[in-house]
Amino acid sequence: MSLRSNLGRVKGLGSAKQGVHHWRVQRLSALALIPLSLWFVTALMGLVTAPHSAVVAWLAQPHITVLLLALVTALFWHAQLGLQVVIEDYIHRPGRQIAAQLVVRAGAILGALAALVAILKISLGIS
Amino acid sequence: MAEFSLPKNSRVTPGKTIEAAAGAKRARKIRVYRYDPDTNANPRLDTYEIDLDKCGPMVLDAIIYIKNALDSTLAFRRSCREGICGSCAMNIDGTNTLACTKATESIKGDVKIYPLPHLPVHKDLVPDLRHFYAQYASIKPWLQSDSPPPPDRERLQSKEDREKLDGLYECILCACCSTSCPSYWWNSDRYLGPAALLQAYRWLIDSRDEATGERLDELEDPFRLYRCHTIMNCARTCPKGLNPAQAIAEVKKMMVQRTL
Repeated sequence: MSLRSNLGRVKGLGSAKQGVHHWRVQRLSALALIPLSLWFVTALMGLVTAPHSAVVAWLAQPHITVLLLALVTALFWHAQLGLQVVIEDYIHRPGRQIAAQLVVRAGAILGALAALVAILKISLGIS
Repeated sequence: MAEFSLPKNSRVTPGKTIEAAAGAKRARKIRVYRYDPDTNANPRLDTYEIDLDKCGPMVLDAIIYIKNALDSTLAFRRSCREGICGSCAMNIDGTNTLACTKATESIKGDVKIYPLPHLPVHKDLVPDLRHFYAQYASIKPWLQSDSPPPPDRERLQSKEDREKLDGLYECILCACCSTSCPSYWWNSDRYLGPAALLQAYRWLIDSRDEATGERLDELEDPFRLYRCHTIMNCARTCPKGLNPAQAIAEVKKMMVQRTL
């Protein structure tokens, strides 16, 4: 029960003065993912029957490495931004909301780092 | 979590049936959501079988006939009966629209009438719109300008600038769009909703208004503006044929524009 005015409730804590950056990165990463994922799937199809050594040699080429690093970064960043919106939409209890956001962020960062390290290890020939 | 099912005391139960179509050539069942705050009962769905020859062509005519001739306890809002006041907005045949501009004959089968979705209900088809109106007030829907108006005339606007308000000024604030929006259902406490955002854009692109920056500042918020996920229910349901989703997209564009 609150006797606060309706306008007071709507104004709440005021505008967060953010959201543009999130919106823009989500769209730019989506744009980047269109050519990157098309290229990646096409390239993988060409490598389906190739032996392990050929795939490693393919991946170790500098331009392939760079494209893969870009793909992994855009993919995890985009996924995190998208899941963040889903959590904001549907999880309303503050404690659970923060916990869910932290888990998604940690998962995205760790997943991205693992993928980046794996690509770099192969590319730089570190065993 | 967002609530996906109705709470126990909001579940709709079957109600009474009133048959008033004896000998009718054009009989039609009108099924109406009823809720009485004075009893402790759940809402119910009453059925009125009426003769369409005894009332006018619109759904509003049918429910006015029901109230006058069959059941005076039915509560609903109506005023202009020509689609300009927005009072009789309700959910008819699964879509939010104005009862006064929806022809009964255009509906196949029984005519199902519910109040606008996901709002508290005062009684029957009368929802609580105070929060919706407060959201409209929060966007300061009036001209804000530091330049004084010319002493001998009104503020001038070119024809081209005036045309930018077409498709925006026609909004009658009936709340059909906002209450059709899933994002508004889950987060209306903080998301302003399509109606208020369309009005915000109406002032953002008014060539006479000088508070564009402050208005954008107030809207720049993950919830107030960015809960719009372009679901487009707003544009589909608008009884005036407007496109709030496009207005919101234009606001988002303006937000980006001022960072470039």
